[in-house]
Amino acid sequence: MRVSVPDTSHHDEKGKGYPMKVELEADKCVASGQCVVAAMEVFDQDDDGIAILLTEEVGDDRLGDVEEAVAVCPAAAIRLVRP
Amino acid sequence: MADTLAGAAHDAADTAPEFPMPRASGCPFDPPPGLKELQEQGPLTKVRLWDGSEPWLVTRYAEQRALLGDARVSADTDRPGYPTKASAEAGEGKLSFIMMDDPEHARLRRMVTAPFAVKKVEALRPTVQRIVDGLIDDMLAGPRPVDLVEAFALPIPSLVICELLGVPYDDHAMFQENTKTMVRTTATPEERGAATREIAGYLAGQLAERLTGPKDDLLSGIAGRVAAGELTHGQATEMALLLLIAGHETTANMIALGTAALLEHPDQLALLRDTDDPKLVASAVEELLRYLHITHLGRRRAVTEDIEIAGRVIKAGEGVIMVNEIGNRDPRVFEDPDRLDLTRDARRHVAFGFGVHQCLGQPLARMELQVVHGTLYRRIPTLRPACDLADVRFKHDAFIYGIHELPVAW
Repeated sequence: MRVSVPDTSHHDEKGKGYPMKVELEADKCVASGQCVVAAMEVFDQDDDGIAILLTEEVGDDRLGDVEEAVAVCPAAAIRLVRP
Repeated sequence: MADTLAGAAHDAADTAPEFPMPRASGCPFDPPPGLKELQEQGPLTKVRLWDGSEPWLVTRYAEQRALLGDARVSADTDRPGYPTKASAEAGEGKLSFIMMDDPEHARLRRMVTAPFAVKKVEALRPTVQRIVDGLIDDMLAGPRPVDLVEAFALPIPSLVICELLGVPYDDHAMFQENTKTMVRTTATPEERGAATREIAGYLAGQLAERLTGPKDDLLSGIAGRVAAGELTHGQATEMALLLLIAGHETTANMIALGTAALLEHPDQLALLRDTDDPKLVASAVEELLRYLHITHLGRRRAVTEDIEIAGRVIKAGEGVIMVNEIGNRDPRVFEDPDRLDLTRDARRHVAFGFGVHQCLGQPLARMELQVVHGTLYRRIPTLRPACDLADVRFKHDAFIYGIHELPVAW
């Protein structure tokens, strides 16, 4: 029996098919490139090295990579939210 | 301590432990045992520095990241409470944006982020591969034993950063001599000042040349900002100096330390020697970045507003030191943290720091280290140390930790 944290209970059901949404606050970005290393199919950098999103929707196949990007972003500029 | 007066000795018993602390003899790759003890006791504690000041030492990973990512924590060395590293550092000029806060820090940093973008750095990989292969060719053709630091670890980042900035490599010997002086904690303020002025003068000349005849290099980009009125000549020179120094001594020491550590762990070295899998090489480099550490004096900041953390209050005007070396060995984050395991997922290490000041050149450093460790042991499979580890001199006395010489043979 799984105990769910109340405000994220529906997040626990990974693999239910509906994608998560990635949010990026580009004005916080410090161009470390960490997100590109973690999830090259989701993030890229513009001409100044500032992160850009290649896609806003992330399915289960890339969820782990994007979670890694969220964790390693030094500027806390990336969030994963349920659309 | 032994020759302090009785009264002072009594006071000392109640005061904070001294920082930095010595490493255990025979364990040059591990953090000082004293840091481990402090980490076990709690996430932060007061320590005493060379000048008698008592900043907070932050030893655990979570608290280090929280503070390095907090806008109430300042990198401005002029702030009250900023913990200076040595007497020679106090009162020196600022090294461009790494010693500034936002928004000016962000404005200046963003001027030079472009060439360090992951894909731009990836485009340099063949150049770095050529440099690394050329140096290995030279070693194989030369006498044995050879000092790996001089023959391999130092020239790689020198060649790469000179290429990136657009500085003629013929001038690299001048850089190496002067940067050595600049990172030696025992250098006098006069010696360090003279070394800094010599490099700065040279770079100012290079920038002036680019103002009249721009080329396709990073110095020309910086000179362009001067022409556009966005930077003064002085700011431009400081920025060029920062990029040169930051890309030089750091990577060289990581190459030398990494090779030495792998030679001490032959089973791990064998993994790299026997693979051509770029994923394993990349994973190995992250683990070496976690396991080893060059910024052994910690990342230092001054607190500008009271901060509540881990049940304590760090007051405005107090200093904080985040020793990422011990954060990367935090058992709360990394299982069996003192084991070098090239196959583990070490990507969340804080070797490059955290927060807005996190290393700008990290994609370049990663790529250089990947080429080095993906090439050296495959091309020289019998590489071995040519002396006992006990006889290798480590840079306990430098701002940046590393190895003075590493004699190797094959």
